[in-house]
Amino acid sequence: MSDVNLILVGVNHKTTPVEIREKLAFTKGKIEESVDLIFNFPEIIEHTILSTCNRVEIYARANCQDSAINSIKQFICDFHGLSILELEDHFYSYRNEDAVEHLFRVSSSLDSMVLGEAQILGQVKDAYSLAKDLRSTGLVLNQLFEKAFSIAKKVREETGIAERSVSISSAAVELAQKIFDDLENRTVMLVGTGEMAELAAKHLISYGVKTVYVTSRTYDHAVNLARALNGSALGFDDFKNELYRADIVITSTSAPNFIIKKEMVEQAIQGRKNKPIFFIDIAVPRDIEPNINSLENVYLYDIDDLQIVVSANMKEREKEAENAMSFITQEVTKFNNWVGSLDAIPTIVEIRNNAETIRNEELEKALKKIDNLSEPDKETLRLMSSSMVNKILHKPTIKLKEKTQSEDGHIYLKAIRHLFHLDD
Amino acid sequence: MVNIIFNAALICYLLSGLGYTLYLVFRNSIVKQFSIYLLGLGLFSHTVTIVLRSIDTGHGPYTTGFEIASFLAWVIVLIYFFIEFKYKIKDLGAFVIPVVFLILLFSAFQSREFSLIDESSTMFWLTMHRTLSIIGYAAFAIAFGAAVMYLIQENQVKTKKMGVMYFRMPSLEVLDNLNYKVISIGFPLFTLGFMTGSIWNIKTDESFAWDPIRTLPLIVVWLVYCSIFFGRLLVGWRGKKAAQGAILGFISVIVSYFFHVV
Repeated sequence: MSDVNLILVGVNHKTTPVEIREKLAFTKGKIEESVDLIFNFPEIIEHTILSTCNRVEIYARANCQDSAINSIKQFICDFHGLSILELEDHFYSYRNEDAVEHLFRVSSSLDSMVLGEAQILGQVKDAYSLAKDLRSTGLVLNQLFEKAFSIAKKVREETGIAERSVSISSAAVELAQKIFDDLENRTVMLVGTGEMAELAAKHLISYGVKTVYVTSRTYDHAVNLARALNGSALGFDDFKNELYRADIVITSTSAPNFIIKKEMVEQAIQGRKNKPIFFIDIAVPRDIEPNINSLENVYLYDIDDLQIVVSANMKEREKEAENAMSFITQEVTKFNNWVGSLDAIPTIVEIRNNAETIRNEELEKALKKIDNLSEPDKETLRLMSSSMVNKILHKPTIKLKEKTQSEDGHIYLKAIRHLFHLDD
Repeated sequence: MVNIIFNAALICYLLSGLGYTLYLVFRNSIVKQFSIYLLGLGLFSHTVTIVLRSIDTGHGPYTTGFEIASFLAWVIVLIYFFIEFKYKIKDLGAFVIPVVFLILLFSAFQSREFSLIDESSTMFWLTMHRTLSIIGYAAFAIAFGAAVMYLIQENQVKTKKMGVMYFRMPSLEVLDNLNYKVISIGFPLFTLGFMTGSIWNIKTDESFAWDPIRTLPLIVVWLVYCSIFFGRLLVGWRGKKAAQGAILGFISVIVSYFFHVV
């Protein structure tokens, strides 16, 4: 990356505690305010501000990296009225390939607190489109962000980074979906009114579960929670007879012994003509006899089982993140090559060298044909041919340098290389 | 020429089956797309061979062992395509297309001579018998694929050991429903095929000779699917039992095939 100086300055959840991050956040209004202030630094050519609850980052292309990095750090501090001495240790800064890689990682959610979470891509997209509206981005950042989006999409689709649930209640929903597929119109029964059970139930309801029964040793608790979940309360003595209605049963009582026993489940499963039941036992000590899992069409997960699923999923996401990283590394190289193709100098040198070779060959031929030329005459011819080459190439060279800084610069370069047979 | 196209179909099915299986383990949408295209190409060339041969023989593809096996494979692919697009059941191909390949491979080793027996007088009953039975068998093959998937998935959920395939494969309910649907279509067709076969048998042979070696295995197959079908309706055999039944049923189909057709 020769004359394209990409830089990035920022803080994130890994380097900076939330008390400081929140002071550095840029709301939409603040970003609008900032655009011109940042352009007051003469070395900055284009820039984008990304501000989420976990990170504040400014991407920029500048004439001079060192001074741009300092300017941006200074700007962030000044803008929020903080001292740079306080923040210096929290800032990280990356240049060129490293800045590119960082953005690709961020938008693919490899740099997130929860690997693979879906929000960050939307936030990066918003930040970019705001920057675009404010006309603070240009050729390189446009390409960089567009590329980052397509990479993020590919990482999501082709690795399992976002596939597996990493919280207890979403793991429970995911399992329910592997048993029942559609949760629409299913029935869930809560035995006990524990907080985790309520959370899991809410999660299930958001996936379409229709009927909710709540039972508790204290009937009032059942009534209250049932009301909150738009369900109906059952007496603690009755629920056993109603068990067969439930597709999903979540237990969370503080009972010291098992309250759901094998015979009860056998009866329930018969009552529902072997339609499957999914038991989730969140209680400690457990509420459900573990051996019911051996019954056909009965699936039992206790809190440890769910925890194991979650941590296995977490590990799987980490593995997938490694896969994604190797893909990102390739893409960084590609981007790098694209940036390299923006550089007009090598092309100009090649054209000049070619022209020079032709000039020398033709000059030698001509000098051989003409006899009786004095040394000064020969020198004159040499100078003339040289200045012809220079004059012919002068304007295209200037124009090319100028054009490669514009939005469609690479097209000019490609055309020139093609016309002059530089890639054959 | 027909042989070349036939071999092309065979190779397409092989590669497509491999593709589906690879897709099961390594997620790569290109592999999946490729498998679908290959399967389409296979189905196309397979269709061409069946049509060309039928033009030559002057009747449908159900008189010789070669024709029957090839026709069976063809119907399975057709039903598979329907299910793939209608229900979008991921990865069913990995469990069905290899079966298709094996059936077609089996047919490739059968004699390709035309049937010498003149059956024109009883052609109607023969056509009904063979066509209905073959569609029934094809449905059973799909049920077999769904059942294998069900057992794998059920085992993962039950033992709480989620492998690579857990996330890729559909839910237990979808697989169980598919199993039920194809068997509830396949079983009546197979029954009708069985009945029309008996009629054909009576028509061709005045002295209707009961051939136990050819008939008994079919009765076993019929009994197996009959109990799967009514077991679900009456006693609520679903899930694992239904899947095990579908696998047992398909094994009985393969065994009976060797007694009945070969």
